[in-house]
Amino acid sequence: MKKIITIIRPDKLEDVKQALEDIGCLGMTVKEVKGRGIQLGITESYRGKDYKVDLLPKTQVEIVAKAEDVDGIIDTIVKSAQTGCIGDGKIFISPVEDVVRIRTGERGKDAI
Amino acid sequence: MDPILNSGDTAWMLISTALVILMTIPGVALFYGGLIRRENVLNTLFLSFITFSIVSILWFIYGYDLAFGADIWGVLGTLTNPFFNGVLESGTLSSYAPTIPEGLYAVFQMTFATITVALISGAIVERMKFSAWLAFVPIWLTLVYLPIAHWVWGGGWLFQMGVLDFAGGIVVHLSSGVAALALVILVGIRKNAKLLPHHLGYSVIGTGLLWFGWFGFNAGSALGATNLAVSAMIVTNTSAAMGMLAWVLMDKLNTGKPTLLGALSGAVAGLATITPAAGYVNVTAALIIGFVSSVICYYAVSHLKPLLGYDDALDVFGIHGMSGIIGTLAAGIFATPLINSAIKGGLIAGNPSQLGIQLLAVVVVGLYSFVVTYLIGKVIDKTIGLRVEEDHEVQGLDLNLHEESGYRLS
Repeated sequence: MKKIITIIRPDKLEDVKQALEDIGCLGMTVKEVKGRGIQLGITESYRGKDYKVDLLPKTQVEIVAKAEDVDGIIDTIVKSAQTGCIGDGKIFISPVEDVVRIRTGERGKDAI
Repeated sequence: MDPILNSGDTAWMLISTALVILMTIPGVALFYGGLIRRENVLNTLFLSFITFSIVSILWFIYGYDLAFGADIWGVLGTLTNPFFNGVLESGTLSSYAPTIPEGLYAVFQMTFATITVALISGAIVERMKFSAWLAFVPIWLTLVYLPIAHWVWGGGWLFQMGVLDFAGGIVVHLSSGVAALALVILVGIRKNAKLLPHHLGYSVIGTGLLWFGWFGFNAGSALGATNLAVSAMIVTNTSAAMGMLAWVLMDKLNTGKPTLLGALSGAVAGLATITPAAGYVNVTAALIIGFVSSVICYYAVSHLKPLLGYDDALDVFGIHGMSGIIGTLAAGIFATPLINSAIKGGLIAGNPSQLGIQLLAVVVVGLYSFVVTYLIGKVIDKTIGLRVEEDHEVQGLDLNLHEESGYRLS
């Protein structure tokens, strides 16, 4: 089992959600987050003075999936979240030891 | 001929009064409220609203009489009708505007007093104690606004010299702008002194309401539904529009991009600067006034403020103070009897001494407002304390001073 943490543009969330639903990936947790990449944000200018705004609002989508589904999910996210411009975000994949469904107490893959 | 009530004039002045109220609540409140950190939005809005209430009440208890009552040595008016007692009952017409009731003139003037004090709040936002502000408002109204209004409009010494201040370049913008400067020197620099507007949309609505209300402010200062009111309305709008374009041009030349906040700031500068001249000048003069004021205010805000290092948070001195000075001098240059037959005109109309009177008014009123505001601020600082506690400033004033928050999105 793998955990897929995806940072995307907030306005791409609907597209990503729909695309994942289309391939049968339904469960997810979504957070509003702030962050920055290697370009370190943007500059804003008010009354003749420049200010560096180096943390931009992003949306984080967390998915836990079976290892064999991960490649398909990643492809789907990349396709649906991509604009080709700076700020499209990143995907991080890590192993998950166990999963428990609280309602029934099921464990492992069955609980995803 | 005995004066008689003119229903057209009275109707226009009733509307003008309501328009100017809209400038303070919620015009100034929203304009300022959009520009600060989200943790301080309610406190910032509150300052304008509470100021409006305090000044409204004091105005009819004693304020109107001290500003507009019978003159004592050119310095202050006489308190003859405390609590406005008897004025409403008698239904007399105003000696300042003989076609409308005295009560209407008084409430119209009240709206000027309220906005003047509310304007000062923009300088001290995000770090002044609410209790200190509550003490500041009545003392400043009494010791600074009322004498200045009397000197310029109520028959005082500058009035007798023939100073030109149609709708408040000296009384409103210069006095509040300079007071703001004096107060920020005492209250000090914020821990986080960035101008990063948390919701510029508020400021758009606020500026729109200010612009709209300004027609009551300036065209209403004609004190009747007259040609002069029409003239004042047109030059007011022209100067505002020119001010906006000029500031956007300054943005483009200096930082490379036109900004919306710049456009709003330029419009306010254009509006404030035309104010003392609105009933005396033509459209050509308004174009020049709007352009010059916006360029000077731009440099006051973006260059002078960082150079001198004071923290006038929302540029009350940089925009209103500078506008008051420029507009008052501009009236002395561009005023013409062709627009307003009651005056001799300014420099261009062949009356250069007018410019001297205008300059004297700027210097004396500016110094008076600065010194007295500084003393008031000093006394409040020693007694109540001007500045909030450090952790309150960091966490935000809304939660700590009011136990409310502006944005509860869950």
